[in-house]
Amino acid sequence: MTLTQMQVQTSLDLSTDQDLVVVRGLKKYFPVRRGLLQRVVAWVKAVDGVSFTIRRGETMGLVGESGCGKTTVGRTILRLIEPTAGEVYFEGRNIFALTKPELKTLRRDMQIIFQDPYSSLDPRMPVGASIAEGLAVHGIGTPKERFEMVVDLLRKVGLEDYHARRYPHEFSGGQRQRIVIARALALRPKFIVCDEPISALDVSIQAQIINLLKELQEEFKLTYLFIAHNLSVIEHVSDRVAVMYLGKIVELTSREELYRNPLHPYTQALLSAVPIPDPTLRRERILLKGDVPSPLNPPSGCRFHPRCPVATRYCAQEEPPFVNIGTRGQEHWVACWRVM
Amino acid sequence: MQRDGREILLEVRDLRTYFFTEDGVVKAVDGVSFHVRRGEILGLVGESGCGKSVTSLSIMRLITPPGRILGGQVLFDGIDLLKLPEPEMVRLRGSRISMIFQQPVSCLNPVFKIGDQIAEVFQVHEGLSRIEGWKRAIELLQMVGIPDPERRAHSYPHELSGGMAQRVMIAMALALGPELLIADEPTTALDVTIQAQILDLMRELQRRMHTAIILITHDMGIVAEMCDRVAVMYAGQIIEEADVRTIFADPQHPYTRGLLGSIPVMGVVKPRLDTIPGTVPNLINLPPGCRFAPRCQARLEHQARLGNRCLEENPPLFHTGPGHQVRCWLYR
Repeated sequence: MTLTQMQVQTSLDLSTDQDLVVVRGLKKYFPVRRGLLQRVVAWVKAVDGVSFTIRRGETMGLVGESGCGKTTVGRTILRLIEPTAGEVYFEGRNIFALTKPELKTLRRDMQIIFQDPYSSLDPRMPVGASIAEGLAVHGIGTPKERFEMVVDLLRKVGLEDYHARRYPHEFSGGQRQRIVIARALALRPKFIVCDEPISALDVSIQAQIINLLKELQEEFKLTYLFIAHNLSVIEHVSDRVAVMYLGKIVELTSREELYRNPLHPYTQALLSAVPIPDPTLRRERILLKGDVPSPLNPPSGCRFHPRCPVATRYCAQEEPPFVNIGTRGQEHWVACWRVM
Repeated sequence: MQRDGREILLEVRDLRTYFFTEDGVVKAVDGVSFHVRRGEILGLVGESGCGKSVTSLSIMRLITPPGRILGGQVLFDGIDLLKLPEPEMVRLRGSRISMIFQQPVSCLNPVFKIGDQIAEVFQVHEGLSRIEGWKRAIELLQMVGIPDPERRAHSYPHELSGGMAQRVMIAMALALGPELLIADEPTTALDVTIQAQILDLMRELQRRMHTAIILITHDMGIVAEMCDRVAVMYAGQIIEEADVRTIFADPQHPYTRGLLGSIPVMGVVKPRLDTIPGTVPNLINLPPGCRFAPRCQARLEHQARLGNRCLEENPPLFHTGPGHQVRCWLYR
């Protein structure tokens, strides 16, 4: 048993009733096909061995730059995409082992909100019908009861009753995202994956949606996986944060700890790159060289080593394990040879 | 023409650019005035639809129908660009004023090597040969930090990452040593570590070449790190203007205050973010009074003093301090 597997094992053994979602060794490879016969010539390793847990009622922030695999993680743990390997437990049940009818029942508990509120609503359907669709699919209530539920949901997200009869094009971006949130709430889920829910919105509207998501979390005891590239937003919404780089989680700890005491050189560089709205502040910035390498052909050893300011020769050879080095019962997971 | 020491390079006076659409007249830029001094970075800030991009396209005279520049002056080094014959404007674009955009890849011609595209700048503007142009192109690629420039010059745009493509755009924009660079959301499409590289590059080149920059952005963090002065736009007008420290230390317009309160700031976690209620007004049916009045909390708080003035009359810009102007009746 390698060190990595051992650690994964411990993390699962420690899982308790507190944990709503347990992700273990999740991998998702996408084939690259070429030529007349569409033969597979390579694999894009979008997610390459990711393990973490999400506790009941918390917001787990998943942050990383484009192409790091954060969206693929979000979709795979809802089984919107089939995994290449690994397991995801939702309330103790392995969702990849479920049959279709079982999965359909479980889907009531798990919802997703996407980045683009323009393309996630059917333009030819009044928004009331969009919100009620899930209820109808699961055979909940009579049409009249469903309409009442829709009105109730619209009020919950800060819209008006009459909006139910309107079409998506009649709404602004922020209002559409409210509609999408109402739809996600319709089945009273326990868990919502929020995949960049505010990055398509204007700054003054982003705050409205963040506040709304927080209020709803409290009211409905929701658990969120909040996926975003914006580190300030992640800090604002999350209880715990995982940082991804090229298909791997490189660091995972509580919000306070990650922002106060980042250990992985990538996290440190990422945090130092965020522009802070305070002109009196002068910070040392860690500038990373070059671009993120392609997940088609990730670097050997630690995937961050070609851009890492503190990499040694060893980092290029051996992949660092993801270990918990937190003290006094605190969890602080990191995958870096220079930290261990 | 001087104001506060450094010479004024660009002065925009009462610029109005409207779009004549089927639904009505969109007053995208409606009486905008500001100036940029030589070598300074002016931030033009606002949310989508506030008119910041249309302002910059109007300066470059790149407005196409149904849009039209209806009035105002754009004085660049004393010359009114809006009155300049088109051939002279063509010569000026790229040589004395240049521009970079949010989507660098779509600004490059996909069927030509980047070396050829940069060399073309020198061939057209300076009459150099293709070989001389290529030599200069490689020097420029080196200057903007592209590794292995001789080989990279042979790349086509689709072979570049977003960060690389933006470096190429900056190389082209700065090729002829312009006095003014207009950067329209230059890092919005880039990841944060790449954004840091590009901002660093822009700052370094600005210091070395003393280029004035109009930096258009919606990110107050970028404003704080890059700009000397800031103009905040709302619904086609400038609503506040001040130097960068003042804007953050003493924001006066209720919209500026709301905007600064609504952004999550790293290191400062608040249980609730401040919000600005409602949405940006439709630029076809603008409210008769102050354009921000329907969303303004301060108007309600100070109703006793202000009465209904905010709803009836659009305020002018009031001077509230050195270089500080605010378009709000509270400061009359």
